[in-house]
Amino acid sequence: MTSLRKENYGKINREKVLGFSWDNKEYFGYEGDSLASALLANDVRIVGRSFKYHRPRGVMSCGVEESGALVTVGSGSRRDPNVRATTQELYSGLNASGQNAFPNVNFDFGGVNNYLSRFFAAGFYYKTFMGLPPFEWGKGTGIWMVFEKIIRKAAGMGKASKEPDPDSYEHANDFCDVLVIGSGPAGIAAAQEIANNKLDVILIEQDSLLGGNSLSQKDFDPYLLNTQLKSSGIRVMPRTTAFGIYDNTVVGALERVTDHLPTPHSSLPRQRFWTIRAKHIIVASGALERHIAFNNNDLPGAMTVNASKHYLNRYGVLTGNNIVISTNNDSVYQTAKELHEAGSKVTILDSRDNVNHDLSKDIDLHLNTLPFSINGRKKIDGIDVCKTTDLSNKNTIICDQVLMSGGWSPIVNLVSHRGIKPTWNQENLCFIPGQIKENISVVGSAKGIWDEKNCIESGFVGANEAMNTFGMHKKEISFPSVGGWSNPIEPLFEVKSNKFPSKSFVDFQHDVTAEDVRLAHREGFISVEHLKRYTTLGMANDQGKMGNIIGLSLMAEQLDKTIPQVGTTVFRPPYTPVPIGALTGRNVGKHFRPLRVTPMHQWNIDHGAKMIEVGLYQRPWYYPKKNETLSDSYIRETTIVRKTVGICDVTSLGKIAIQGPDATELVNRIYTNPFAKLPIGKARYGIMLRDDGIVMDDGTSWRLGENEYFMTTSTAAAAKVMSWLEELLQTRWTDLKVNVTSVSEQWAGAAIAGPKSRDVLNECVFDASEITNDNLPFMGVLQTKLKDGTPCRVVRISFSGELAYEMYIESDYAHGMMDLLWESAQKYDGCLYGLEALGALRVEKGHVTAAELDGRVTIDDAGLGKMASTKKSYIGSAMRKRGVLSADDRDMLVGFFPINEKETFNAGTIVCEKNNIKGQGVGRITSVTHSPELGHWIGIGFVKGGLEKWKDITLIGADPVRNKQMEIKVVSPHMIDPEGKRMYA
Amino acid sequence: MIRIKCPYCGERDHSEFTYGGDASIKYPALDAPASEWTKAIFFRENIRGMQKETWHHTNGCRLWLEVERSTITHEIKSVKACHPQIEKITKNKS
Repeated sequence: MTSLRKENYGKINREKVLGFSWDNKEYFGYEGDSLASALLANDVRIVGRSFKYHRPRGVMSCGVEESGALVTVGSGSRRDPNVRATTQELYSGLNASGQNAFPNVNFDFGGVNNYLSRFFAAGFYYKTFMGLPPFEWGKGTGIWMVFEKIIRKAAGMGKASKEPDPDSYEHANDFCDVLVIGSGPAGIAAAQEIANNKLDVILIEQDSLLGGNSLSQKDFDPYLLNTQLKSSGIRVMPRTTAFGIYDNTVVGALERVTDHLPTPHSSLPRQRFWTIRAKHIIVASGALERHIAFNNNDLPGAMTVNASKHYLNRYGVLTGNNIVISTNNDSVYQTAKELHEAGSKVTILDSRDNVNHDLSKDIDLHLNTLPFSINGRKKIDGIDVCKTTDLSNKNTIICDQVLMSGGWSPIVNLVSHRGIKPTWNQENLCFIPGQIKENISVVGSAKGIWDEKNCIESGFVGANEAMNTFGMHKKEISFPSVGGWSNPIEPLFEVKSNKFPSKSFVDFQHDVTAEDVRLAHREGFISVEHLKRYTTLGMANDQGKMGNIIGLSLMAEQLDKTIPQVGTTVFRPPYTPVPIGALTGRNVGKHFRPLRVTPMHQWNIDHGAKMIEVGLYQRPWYYPKKNETLSDSYIRETTIVRKTVGICDVTSLGKIAIQGPDATELVNRIYTNPFAKLPIGKARYGIMLRDDGIVMDDGTSWRLGENEYFMTTSTAAAAKVMSWLEELLQTRWTDLKVNVTSVSEQWAGAAIAGPKSRDVLNECVFDASEITNDNLPFMGVLQTKLKDGTPCRVVRISFSGELAYEMYIESDYAHGMMDLLWESAQKYDGCLYGLEALGALRVEKGHVTAAELDGRVTIDDAGLGKMASTKKSYIGSAMRKRGVLSADDRDMLVGFFPINEKETFNAGTIVCEKNNIKGQGVGRITSVTHSPELGHWIGIGFVKGGLEKWKDITLIGADPVRNKQMEIKVVSPHMIDPEGKRMYA
Repeated sequence: MIRIKCPYCGERDHSEFTYGGDASIKYPALDAPASEWTKAIFFRENIRGMQKETWHHTNGCRLWLEVERSTITHEIKSVKACHPQIEKITKNKS
């Protein structure tokens, strides 16, 4: 085969020559070429090696269904594997290479697999688990472990770059009245008709040029069409693939923005991931031509018939000089004529016995004739043919190309995404879309309509349906009938070979042969879903676009059933591969998730804070002095808080304003402890349960007025508690007159903790001696002003166990508050402390956080049972004592000490009995810290039966992850100042 | 993508909402016995077909909505605010 550029053919721009490289050799093509057409024009026949057998493969189609020309484009961090050369637009400097071959696709050592193919039949990979015959040597994972590595290396596709992706991708959204998918004759007719009726239309086309199959017509002008469509107000999106249809006529689409440009664009993303919300969708996705399974049907030079017409009329490339066309249908006759006119010798093998045609006498037509086997190794030398009636009597026809057409398959994938099963049309030997109840119309050859005039007609009917969605006029028209060939198609899926092992490929990409399908059947795989997985038929990156129907027909034959009885596999999105980069869009690096900072974020950093992410929040972790490690720093901070005073940013706590005549009633219903008689100016610590009696969250609520509360929640549960209150008020307690507002962002908060905290506060507030034990007792709330007059709220509350306060101020004034507090605290040798010290302080006191309240813990488990009122009903009160929740051996909150005080442990340690170290043990350690006051490591966590049961018993803290075991003992969780003398001081 | 017609905000992607649960459950009074609560919390229908469910317009107006949705086809038959008074106000709006 010597491919030639033909003068006067093609829609390429011969003025613009583009240089490109293939396997390190330089070639030339033209603007408008695809990589495949440029390779064909340069007579590059072998462009790939097959998956399993490493057989040489050439260009087999001209579109997304390509199974042969899978290549690697680009290099370095921009290396893109498995690119279909048929859809890759040529650009100047394009650098492509063959893949799955060593040293190259032309001469590949892996080709030896072809001669060992009897050992690589269907299920070979799974069979390695069974060991080697005759004694099943290496059964189990033994021999598989050996083979697995070799198979993965040999059976592969291209290699992805391991470097970070340097390109950017975007997520984009759009809306329209009608979305038309596909710009073939049917799609164009529909889009224009709808646009003429003043509806907003988006037309999506995966190709760079509009026209669909019209591009294979000699006189068709895609550029003129583009202008016409745009002037009628249609929003045209070329290079965009609708890869899936989702609920409520939402379409996912991938736009390849710069993949056709020589260098990355400075301001455009490489690709855009579109979510398009349409009110009506018209699917004009077209149909794909099938090949025929017969021996050596994969040699370079074997191609679908329609592809060669595209190469001739779109790219000006005549793919062969001496062409044999094998068919069972009428669609090839026009192509045969045009190939002949362009200068090729053409022979047609038609499997049917009677065909009306108007072919020139120069085209040989053999009726009743089947392709039997292609001759040649790296190129086609000829083809053995036989009569349908006598497969043993063969003739050889010399040729350099074999074109195949085993019929056409409408692209039902997109409709199938909606769960609509395609139905088999026996007359046209294809699946057509089933009945659709949504606002989706299918038109053109996607519906099984072959005739171009009827396709256009169907476009108008689809447009009519779409306009009906908008309540616009409905004409009395109906779809033209399916089909449209003058001579009926006859089944021709496979020509059985007498060669063993035969190479009649059903799925080119995964090297699945007709024999593999029969083998799978013999081995008991009779469901089509099992067949698919066992043979991997239809599981390559073309997802069975070419081979599925042939596979089904072979299975039907084996089962002695019809194709619809065998069924079809379900198509799922995406229709063509979507790069992970496009799915991710801009959500990479720091944009992976939103970042929340507190109003004093900069202040914290300016004062030396090392930050840590807690959920979405950035919080101060510790404030190291010169050369201090995390450990040095938090131990110092903890010590200073207990000795004098420390200040900590606690803004990330959730804050909710609760207002209205029934505010008290709401608060009283959601907390376990009584709130009904909480006086104005007092706060209370409270526990919330879920409906099922498990602890949801803890926090405080302050009564600011008769009908007004200020609630704080844990950082972790802030959003959950807010939604929960809204749910209760909007769905269950709709009679309560109360409003809840999230004010988490509006208030900045700082904790001032330590024996000197009162002195510090008094220096900061307007009235210097306002904060006294009488005026602001434990759990007291004061609404007052800072020295500079800024209003603030002060509550006397303690997470550290020391005399402590929290001060809240409107977020905009946070820096001022921190300046004041810090200036004062320094006079008392105070410190700033971060989350690590905060954790150490609370663990010493046995205070629980989200690490303990993990959704399995009851209020009694947490040792807070006395906070559960018996005098009132509240959320969870009915369920908190149910069955298992009141068992004796519940995991109860306790403290842990190492027996050897020099040893340390980690959160997550499993607590086991000494002679029974296994499984889940008898408990777990949830939080740990070094306690400066006690001088050794301490932890809190849970143990079955609690302190009572394990007091004075030595247990084992097992940490299998770190391969560590140590002796520990169980103590009260309240490890420092259990009576709370400091807090009340 | 399910599209939900919020009576306050208009038609929006389901990604703006958070799924709540079965909207047909009548929660017992707080002082009702555990047996009634057990029934309400743990004994749920797994409906195949139209079901009333709650959705929270978390990234929108924060209304809790009662949505009638087919669990088979995702078809949405009706959407209204759960709170009866809000429902009255928003009904006229949409």
